[in-house]
Amino acid sequence: MNNKKLLAGLVSLALLLVVPAFLKNYGVYLFTYWAIFVIANMGLNLTVGYAGQKSLGHAAFLGIGAYSVAILMKAGFSFWLGLPVAALGCFVIGLGLGFPALRVQSIYLGFATLGFNTLVWLVMRNEAWLTGGTFGINGIGRPTVFGLDLGRNLPYYYFVLAFALVLAFLLWRLLRSPWGKAFTALRDNPIRAESLGIDIQAYTLLSFAIGAAYAGVAGGLLASLVQFIEPVPFTVGASIMMYLMVVVGGPGYFLGPLLGSAIGVLLPEWLRFAQGWYLFVFGIAVVLLMLWLPDGLLSIPDRIKARRLARDAAAARSAATAKAGA
Amino acid sequence: MSEALLKVSGLRKAYGAIQAVDGVSFEVMPGEIFGVIGPNGSGKTTMFNSVLGQITPDGGTIELNGRDITNLSPLQLNRRGVGRTFQTLQVFGKMSVRDNLLVAAQEHRGSMFGRMFAPGDSGLGDAADRLIEQFRIGHVAHKKAGELSYGQQKLVDIAMAFMSEPELVLLDEPCAGVNPSLVGGISSLLKALNRAEASQRKRSSFIVIEHNMDFVMDLCHRILVMVEGKVMAIGTPAEIRANRQVLEAYLGN
Repeated sequence: MNNKKLLAGLVSLALLLVVPAFLKNYGVYLFTYWAIFVIANMGLNLTVGYAGQKSLGHAAFLGIGAYSVAILMKAGFSFWLGLPVAALGCFVIGLGLGFPALRVQSIYLGFATLGFNTLVWLVMRNEAWLTGGTFGINGIGRPTVFGLDLGRNLPYYYFVLAFALVLAFLLWRLLRSPWGKAFTALRDNPIRAESLGIDIQAYTLLSFAIGAAYAGVAGGLLASLVQFIEPVPFTVGASIMMYLMVVVGGPGYFLGPLLGSAIGVLLPEWLRFAQGWYLFVFGIAVVLLMLWLPDGLLSIPDRIKARRLARDAAAARSAATAKAGA
Repeated sequence: MSEALLKVSGLRKAYGAIQAVDGVSFEVMPGEIFGVIGPNGSGKTTMFNSVLGQITPDGGTIELNGRDITNLSPLQLNRRGVGRTFQTLQVFGKMSVRDNLLVAAQEHRGSMFGRMFAPGDSGLGDAADRLIEQFRIGHVAHKKAGELSYGQQKLVDIAMAFMSEPELVLLDEPCAGVNPSLVGGISSLLKALNRAEASQRKRSSFIVIEHNMDFVMDLCHRILVMVEGKVMAIGTPAEIRANRQVLEAYLGN
């Protein structure tokens, strides 16, 4: 089983390394876009999927990260200063957004985070002296790594992919440490968790802060990919879309964001042939998915397993009854 | 005369016009199993929740080992060695049984920052396996807790409260909804956990709320009878059985 998983992982990695090299520029761009959303949605998956906090403001952190890098680079600072500032800034602001979660939960927390997203968006749109307002900021540069120019899309894709892999490894380590269990305990039953000595306030705040930091890094990478940013990609609508990506992929499944982001980023492109019908198809697909698979696509194997266990148990019962009857 | 482990004095809590707990005082000695009985609505659970920091009492003091613990949060109480179970099942359904036990004690190991880099079992694997063996849930140790039968979940639920080796454990109806054949099993488990030498653990004292009279009379060293928010009697099972007032008010037969 574990060997199978390792093999599947290696094959996927090989595909991610090789396939874009044979794609046209726009295909590479899309893969990069996908990898950036994987990073952001890994963070959201921690907040929403593992720690169980409803956050509908994740795009705000993507935006804060993007604007931090853009503004600092336009001011002449290096990308390598901008990105840590973006991550750290989002961590601190994420910590702040965690505080409402200590008072309210579920849909009410969702509304609070949604309000926060609107506030951030207003700053991006109205504080033109800093953010360029609705015109945004253009001419954002690409970083260089060890003198290597990332101006072309393919090298930049590998650069983003490296970030995604490192951040995925860090998250994987975190979730396997006692912290991972504490987050899950917080999600499943906060009252019991607290009675077992789990500092639910600290873990709630940290789940927001770490999730936000991931979005901050993703935002920084996004600014440098597109080389132009404006407030539109960071609206409440974008936050809802990111939440949807996590839910569709499978919240609380480590690989959920990979699949969810692919559906959220790449599917719209593949459905282009449907033109005006695209949103119609997409909307219906989401409704059906939520009806049949509320735990996301990656819950399918678990469902099959549960069904098989139930069938085996039923077979065992009827066998026992038959024996008793005989 | 040894010092009391827990000392509750003049505890009061009102809900509107109803005085749910009305001046309750009692002491629990180290190593003691202390039962609390009383009719529904007599204030047992309100008293429990006040001691556990789940609700704030209107008056009175609670001391643990001579230190005031009134108004501490459930988290702070847990860190001071007070464990509990709930009236209803409270396991983490999506985690394995073993992980349920590990998470029940991990926060007692090292610092929060240190735990970020600690191994997944926090070095508690052996302790968890010992409890799993003692509770005879080895065959389901790697199943998700939510997939077990009610009785098995109840065992996991109780075992979790003991993972951090608490000095005092408050058990809220450990036999509620449990198959009669398992009641005896829970009773002997609690007796074993109470005897330090048998379980290679620190000795725990218990406060047990339970409606199953046979269970309480068999398990507890002393019993407190609560009626309408007040203490009606405190005594050994034999004394309580012989108490005419208690017989009339509660046992009633």
